[in-house]
Amino acid sequence: MKFRRQTFAAVLAAGAFCMAAAGAHAQSKVKVGFMLPYTGTYAALGNAIENGFRLYVQEQGGKLGGREVEYFKVDDESEPSKAVDNMNKLVKRDNVDVVVGTVHSGVVMAMAKVAKDTNTLLVVPNAGAGAVTGPMCAPNIFRSSFSNWQPGYAMGKVAGEKGAKKVVTITWKYAAGDESVEGFREGLKSAGGDVVKELTLPFPNVEFQALLTEIAATKPDAVYAFFAGGGAVKFVKDYAAAGLNKTIPLYGPGFLTDGTLEAQGAAAQGMLTTLHYADGLDVPKDKAFRADYTKTYKSAPDVYAVQGYDAAQMLGAGLLAVKGDVSKRNDLIAAMEKAHIDSPRGAFTLSKAHNPVQDIYLRKVVGNENHVEGVAVKALADPARGCKM
Amino acid sequence: MDLAVFLVQCLNAVQYGLLLFLVASGLTLIFGILGVINLAHGSFYMIGAYLAYALAPWAAAHLGGGFFTALLIGLVLSVAFGYVLEWAFVSYLYHRDHLQQVLMTYGLILVFEELRSILAGDDVHGVPPPSWLAGSIPLGHVMTYPVYRLFMSGVCVVVALGLYAIIARTRLGMAIRAGASNREMVQALGVDIRFLYRIVFAAGVALAVLAGMIAAPVSSVYPGMGNQVLIVSFVVVVIGGIGSIRGALVASLLVGFVDTFGNVLIPQVAGVLVYVLMAAVLLWRPEGLFRAG
Repeated sequence: MKFRRQTFAAVLAAGAFCMAAAGAHAQSKVKVGFMLPYTGTYAALGNAIENGFRLYVQEQGGKLGGREVEYFKVDDESEPSKAVDNMNKLVKRDNVDVVVGTVHSGVVMAMAKVAKDTNTLLVVPNAGAGAVTGPMCAPNIFRSSFSNWQPGYAMGKVAGEKGAKKVVTITWKYAAGDESVEGFREGLKSAGGDVVKELTLPFPNVEFQALLTEIAATKPDAVYAFFAGGGAVKFVKDYAAAGLNKTIPLYGPGFLTDGTLEAQGAAAQGMLTTLHYADGLDVPKDKAFRADYTKTYKSAPDVYAVQGYDAAQMLGAGLLAVKGDVSKRNDLIAAMEKAHIDSPRGAFTLSKAHNPVQDIYLRKVVGNENHVEGVAVKALADPARGCKM
Repeated sequence: MDLAVFLVQCLNAVQYGLLLFLVASGLTLIFGILGVINLAHGSFYMIGAYLAYALAPWAAAHLGGGFFTALLIGLVLSVAFGYVLEWAFVSYLYHRDHLQQVLMTYGLILVFEELRSILAGDDVHGVPPPSWLAGSIPLGHVMTYPVYRLFMSGVCVVVALGLYAIIARTRLGMAIRAGASNREMVQALGVDIRFLYRIVFAAGVALAVLAGMIAAPVSSVYPGMGNQVLIVSFVVVVIGGIGSIRGALVASLLVGFVDTFGNVLIPQVAGVLVYVLMAAVLLWRPEGLFRAG
C-alpha cells in the first residue's frame, strides 16, 4: 500500500514536471485561441474561418511577428448560454494571448463582455452584431468582418438609386435582422426612398406564405429580406414560387445567397445582393488567396475564410510592430488600428471602433456565383453609435 | 384587408394547417395509443426530407419516375425503419415513466442529427418538385399560387380521410382504439398487442417521413429542420387532445389560422400567439379539444 502511494506521488511529480516543462516551452509561442462553432449549423463557417487564419500563418512560415503560433480550440456550439464558460476555458485555463471568435452574434456578445472584463485581446472573424463595435467597443476588441448595418446600408442606397420609393422589408424578429433593416432604411432614405412596411416573423420560423401574400397586397417597388441558411433558401424559393420576383425585385445582404445557391437553384438567378466580398473580384490578392486556399484545403474559399485570413493579418500587423512581445499591449493595439490590411476582398483599414472601413460590393447571382457587378458604396464605415472610444 | 387578400390568407392558413396535421397525426397516435412521448418525431420529419433529397435523383436514374417512385420507396423504408426502431428501443419504454422516454427519444434526436451530418453534410439542399406540379396558378394581379402547395394539401386531405376510415371503420382500428384504453384486456382477448403497437409506431413514423418528403420541395432540406416542426406538433397534439386524430386535424387548422393571421395582423406578438392559444384551450378543456378513449 505504502509502495503504491509512493508510486502515485512519483507519477504526480513527474506529471507536474512535464507540465512545467511544456509551459516553459510554450513561452516562446504566441497562443491563439479559436472559439468557433465546430458542430451544428455553423460548423462549416467555423472551419472555414480557422482554415483562413491558418493559411495566413502558414504563408508567413508558421510565425506571426517572428514568433511561432500555438493553437487552442474550443467548440462554442453557437450556444450563448455556454459562451462565458467556453471563453473562460481559453482565457483562464489555456491562458491564450488572443481569442479569435465567433460566428453567432449572441455568443459574441458574451465573449466581448469577458474580453472586456479580463482585458483579453479579441478578434471577431464574423458575427456582425452592431454592439461589438458600438456600445461594447473597447481597445482590445477588433473585428475583421462587417457590421450588420454595412451591407444593409449599401443595399438601401442601391435600391434607392434604382428608383425604389416604397420598399417592404422582411426579416426574423431578432437583433441581426433589426440592425440590417435599420442600415437598409438609412441607405434608402439617403437615396430618396422609404420603408413603407416592416414585416417580421419569429426566429427561426420559415412559414412565409402569409407574409408573401401581405407583400403582394402592398405592391411595393422592391423587397429587402434578411435571412440566412435554410431560411434564406426557403424564402427565396417561396418568393419565386409566389410569382413575386417577376414584378417586385428582391434585394438582400449577401447572406441571403452566400453558400446556398446550389439549393436555391433557378429561383435566385439575377438577384442583387450586397456584401464585402464577391466572386470574380479583380483583386490580385484575391486570385492568389483563392489559388493558395484551394491548393491547401482542396475546396474553394468563401467569405468566412477571407475573414479568418484577415483576422490573422490584423493580428500579424500588431505582433510585427512589437516584435512578438505581447506584453507591449498598447503598442500592439496601436499598430493594429493603423494597419492597412491587404485583404482578398480589397484593401481596408479599421475605423476608430475597430470595424473594417471597406468597399461593399453589389453582386448578381449568375449560375452558382455571386458575381461582382460593381462597388455599391466605397470605403463604408459603420456609424459605431454608442461607442465611446 | 380586402376580400381577395383575406381569402388567399385563409388558403395559406388551411394549407399550413394541413401540413402540420400530417406530422402531428403520427405524433398523437404514438403519444395517445402507445403512451410514449416521442421527441424524435421531428427527426423522422427531417429523415423524410433527406430521403426525398437523396432518393429522387437515384430513383430517376435507376427506376424512372423520379419523385413519386422516391415517395413510394421512402414510405416502404420508413415503415421498416419504424418497425425496427420500435423493436430495438421504443418497446422498452411502455412501462417506464415519461422522464426515461424523454431521455431515450432525445438521445435518438442527437444520434439522427449526427448521422445526418456524417452522411449528408451540413449544407442546405434544394429538392425540385416533379415537373408537372412545378407551375403556378395566378391569384389576383401580382401573386400566383404554386400548384405543388395545392398538391400537398390534397395529399394531407387524403391521408386524413384514410386515417379516419382505418381507425373508425376497420377491425384493426378497433383493436388500436381498444389497445389505447386497456392494454391488458385486449391482450387477454387474444390480440397480439405487441405486434399492434409495432404497427402503430411504424405508421406514426411513416406519417412523419411522408410529411418530410412531400414538404421537401418547398421547405428545402437543412440541419435541425425537425426541431421546429416538433415543437409546434406537440402544441397541436396538446390542443387537439392526446391520441385523437380528429382533434389533431381541428387543432392543426386552428394553429394554421392563428399563426397565419397573427403574423399578418399582430406581428409583435406572433411568436407567442400559438402558445397563448394552447394555454387558453387547456384552461377551458384540460384534456384538449377531443380526448380519445
